Amino acid sequence: MRFAVIQFGGSNCDRDAHYVLSDICGVDCDLVWYKDRLSRPYDAVILPGGFSYGDYLRAGAIAARTPVMKEVTAHAEKGGLVLGICNGAQILAESGLVPGVFTINAYPKFICRKVHLRVETTDSPFTSRYKSGDVLQIPIAHKEGRYVIPEDQLSELNERGQIAFRFCDESGNLTPESNPNGALEHITGVLNKNRNVLAMMPHPERASEEILSSDDGKKIFLSMISHIEHAKGVTC
Amino acid sequence: MIFLAKITIGLKEGMLDPEALAIRHALGNLGFATEELRTKKLFLVRFDAADAREAEEKAKGMCERLLANPVIHHFEVEVHR
Repeated sequence: MRFAVIQFGGSNCDRDAHYVLSDICGVDCDLVWYKDRLSRPYDAVILPGGFSYGDYLRAGAIAARTPVMKEVTAHAEKGGLVLGICNGAQILAESGLVPGVFTINAYPKFICRKVHLRVETTDSPFTSRYKSGDVLQIPIAHKEGRYVIPEDQLSELNERGQIAFRFCDESGNLTPESNPNGALEHITGVLNKNRNVLAMMPHPERASEEILSSDDGKKIFLSMISHIEHAKGVTC
Repeated sequence: MIFLAKITIGLKEGMLDPEALAIRHALGNLGFATEELRTKKLFLVRFDAADAREAEEKAKGMCERLLANPVIHHFEVEVHR
């Protein structure tokens, strides 16, 4: 099993994601400079947080058009897992790998703080280790994280259970105060139709050790690892 | 033949424009009462094309593939010699 964390110019959570996967979860993980492309097969690709290309034009817009993203798209089309965190989520939305867009916060400032999320589906390779309705404490750090999608596509997302996480209060209620960036229907984690790509604004790699006050995010990585192990077991 | 495209990208009708709200608020602090304020981005792009029609098609392609995000933006293109 091998993970790749892709580094773009301006990524700054790449080493945190690599540390959690290799040191905390104990899986092989390569840091891959985007110009070096995906030169070997990977079971999962992580697009980490940061400010690729200085967030020029729109956050994630330029990175989404780099050649390595064609390879990430091909990896996803073959069923490979892709997790985009924060800037990685913006890149996935700009690439069209998940529907909708993460745009400027309703109150247009950078927000960096712990928030609560509610697990909306456990039917995905990223959330299978949680229970539906679990409330997680994971930090956010973004200025362009407000999820927006046209009305017709929103109902499709809800019907297909493609919403992985919503902002909530500590009891799991969707109150206006618990939606830090004004995201549509509190959405902050979205799956693609095939459920093998997840874009999320909160940072699970910053909440994967109790010493950091929460390890609620660790199960996302452990769910991915279980999924890959199971898939390999089935094919062997 | 070299053309200049003036490409304007704006938010679709009804989309929240948080930057515009903040700017309008700041204008208010300076004593400028305003009824409405919207933000747009203007790109001036010079490039080669066989004729005005091809130049317009190229400029639209730039919008569709990078400059605008169709989920939230609309765009306007003007081409000049």
